[in-house]
Amino acid sequence: MKMKTILLGAAAAVALSACAARAERGADGHLNIIYWQAASILNPFLSGGTKDTEAASMVIEPLARYDEKGNMVPYLVDEIPTVANGGISEDLTTITWKLSPGILWSDGTPFTSADVVFTAEYCMHPEGGCQQETKFSGVTNVEALDDLTVKITFDSPKPFPYGPFVGVESPIIQAAQFANCIGADAPNCTAENFGPFGTGPFRVTEFKANDVVSYEANPNYRDPAKPAFATVTFKGGGDAASAARAVLETGEFDYAWNLQIDPTILTQMAAGGKGEVVSSFGTSVERLMVNLSNPSADLGDKRSTLEGGPHPFLTDPIVRTALSTAIDRNLLAEVGYGAAGKPTCNVLPAPAIYASTANDACLVQDIAAANAMLDGAGWARGSDGIRAKDGVRLSILYQTSTNAVRQDTQALVKQWWGEIGVETELKNIDAAVFFGGDQSSPDTYQKLFADIEMYTNNFAGTDPEAYMNSWTCGDIPTPANNWLGSNMPRYCNPEYDALAAQMGQTSALDDRAALAKAMNDLLMQEGAMIPLIHRGDVSAHSNTLQGVLMNSRDSELWNIADWSR
Amino acid sequence: MLNYTLRRLMFSIPVLLFISFIIFLILDLAPSDPTGNLPLTIPPEVREKIRESLGLGQPMPVRYYKWCVQFFVNEPLNIWDQYWGTCSFGCEDRLRVVSYVTRSPVVDLIVQRMPQTLWVVGMSYVVGILIAIPIGVISAYKQYSWFDQTGTFVSMVGFSVPPFFSGVLVIIIFSVQLGWFPSIYDTTLKVVSWDTFMLQVRQMVMPVMVLALQTTAQISRFMRASMLDNLNQDYVRTARAKGMKESVVLLVHVLRNSLIPVITVIALGIPAVFGGAIITEQVFKVNGIGQLLIIGIQGGDAPLVQTLTFIFAVMIVMANLVADIMYGILDPRIRYD
Repeated sequence: MKMKTILLGAAAAVALSACAARAERGADGHLNIIYWQAASILNPFLSGGTKDTEAASMVIEPLARYDEKGNMVPYLVDEIPTVANGGISEDLTTITWKLSPGILWSDGTPFTSADVVFTAEYCMHPEGGCQQETKFSGVTNVEALDDLTVKITFDSPKPFPYGPFVGVESPIIQAAQFANCIGADAPNCTAENFGPFGTGPFRVTEFKANDVVSYEANPNYRDPAKPAFATVTFKGGGDAASAARAVLETGEFDYAWNLQIDPTILTQMAAGGKGEVVSSFGTSVERLMVNLSNPSADLGDKRSTLEGGPHPFLTDPIVRTALSTAIDRNLLAEVGYGAAGKPTCNVLPAPAIYASTANDACLVQDIAAANAMLDGAGWARGSDGIRAKDGVRLSILYQTSTNAVRQDTQALVKQWWGEIGVETELKNIDAAVFFGGDQSSPDTYQKLFADIEMYTNNFAGTDPEAYMNSWTCGDIPTPANNWLGSNMPRYCNPEYDALAAQMGQTSALDDRAALAKAMNDLLMQEGAMIPLIHRGDVSAHSNTLQGVLMNSRDSELWNIADWSR
Repeated sequence: MLNYTLRRLMFSIPVLLFISFIIFLILDLAPSDPTGNLPLTIPPEVREKIRESLGLGQPMPVRYYKWCVQFFVNEPLNIWDQYWGTCSFGCEDRLRVVSYVTRSPVVDLIVQRMPQTLWVVGMSYVVGILIAIPIGVISAYKQYSWFDQTGTFVSMVGFSVPPFFSGVLVIIIFSVQLGWFPSIYDTTLKVVSWDTFMLQVRQMVMPVMVLALQTTAQISRFMRASMLDNLNQDYVRTARAKGMKESVVLLVHVLRNSLIPVITVIALGIPAVFGGAIITEQVFKVNGIGQLLIIGIQGGDAPLVQTLTFIFAVMIVMANLVADIMYGILDPRIRYD
């Protein structure tokens, strides 16, 4: 009996001490993370690249983040302001954040509302070239009511006022550190941009641009038991396959980001049993943008503009529906994406409340039906098998960026379109050119000097309002606005614009969801876009690493304070 | 000789200026864009502002002039100030060549990358030469023997197998299967003790092996050809007729004469060491100069690419000069004046 008590006591003591060890800052030693695109700078306002914002997210934090389900989680505040708790004014033009008391910067100075106000000034400065400026769109004033209260005023009612200071792209930087770095001086502050002070779980000890970042636990972090890791290495370089290998096969690294590689290779590597592949789905959709304007080179300056006239055949809804029906999205997802892709028929597939089910018919490929549609509409096959009507041949120039998965997709789609009598010419353009904004280049995705182009787009966070505004008439790229616009299909429908305007005035979540769905359905049914794949993010972590919660709506490292071994 | 050197140096100034202008022109005409790799969630209007803040709104000649001032005047002044700890000619607001992507001075980035590139690529060059010369000598002396045939075969393999294949192959064999060496080079490692030195050696083995294979293949072929040329010369027969030992004939008379063209080839290859090894550095994540260049090209980072390629151009011009001068020193028959 006595022996048993002693043994039980000993077991309990062991268990307790194990617990105590777990709850101590830095107890789990070193963490190795590999992002195969190396971090270039740790100031997300000067670089919007995911690798940079996520590397910085371990150090500097926003007032609130999105968790893996898309819910807002307070970080530097005690609660999220809402109309109900009085944080958002009744007329929806102001939002007031109350900062948590007692938070310190990594240099030991207190975190106050002055830092928040300064961050807004820093990013909204006209000469700063701030890359997260859209987070502050519509903000007229950010003021500190007292040391721990910040009030943001908008120029018009904002049904969703969580743009500034929420999410990975809008963290707070320290006013004292960046005081001399505002506006045109921003790029000259190399030391500050490479080693910002933060309120996050880690602080930077060494930064080698485009190579490696070393961090150590922030001694002033608000939770004295976290983070579990004492030091972190954030290595960059190589490619996605070698990053996957370092986690899944050799076990040298604990976490690898963005593993968009051939799904069969990834599965093979994961079979080694050293690590686990994790994925999550945000809002990214790989889609075909259908050019509704005429891209003919004969039009000169009017090429691919509404003034140049409608597209010779893509304005026929039957043709667009046939093109969509001929595609086997399940096969595309299986071949190119594996765990990282699901077939979709919507350009707005997530969050769940915004996802429409009205267009799901496209999930099933039906070549015969597509052929019948075209036959019925008078598109007859010529001697070469290509359909034509009134002298217009169904011949498509289909462009995208250079990327192995995209070229596989192109080849498959070309084959299916061949089966319905549509001729396809493929073109791929280097990503830095295709997504670049060089006015002299004819190959940018905005100019769309082609019939169809393919790429992925998404929106950060959970609110689709700004994203859905992309397809209003005013957002069409034209020579007059230097091709700056995101309405690539040149889709212009007053009905759609009215819905968009209505969304800007609506605050109830259910009504907003209904409007977003209606806008998505309109775009899909009018065939301005042909969505293909709802793309997810794929990462891998070692079996010894615990606490990883993959997040596509914020930084993947959003909860790194809770990671342990 | 001195006159010749000075004349060549003077002549290289307009050549280099012309090269820098051509590089600038090529980069300017290329449709690459520094905002091209940003997430699409950043709208076009903001991209336009970013481009303006990078100075891309200015006309091309202005930007070229600015780069020239920054590179030829401000950077040397900055090195001077850093070395002596002084502050001359308004060092506070002196504009340096700044990368579009990291927003930090390009020259600092290059200096930061130099150690790993020199260690890995430089070491592979030295190792490659040390292996190649004996192979070349023996292959020539025993022409068409099994050793010569094997040497020819290995050289062929070295020439024709690209590093993105051989690199991944050695990673799979030695990192994944055997677990001997790390597949990722740790640039934060500082050699302070025997253990850290061994770690450094272990992480260098694979990249050095892959790169040295290529160097060996090239140099051993040159060495063999040069030895064969000399072995049939009259002075070799004379030396043998005088009754000299075969080792003296081979290693003193023939080897010294055969090395003259080989040393030129080696000197001409030195700029490539500083240029890094783009593919091998990527495969092993060495992140040296080569990786810096390729990231700069992919990211549309014109100041970085411009500065790096120009430095390569300077080194190639200089290496050519050094090779010519060495040729004159090693071979007394050659005089330039």
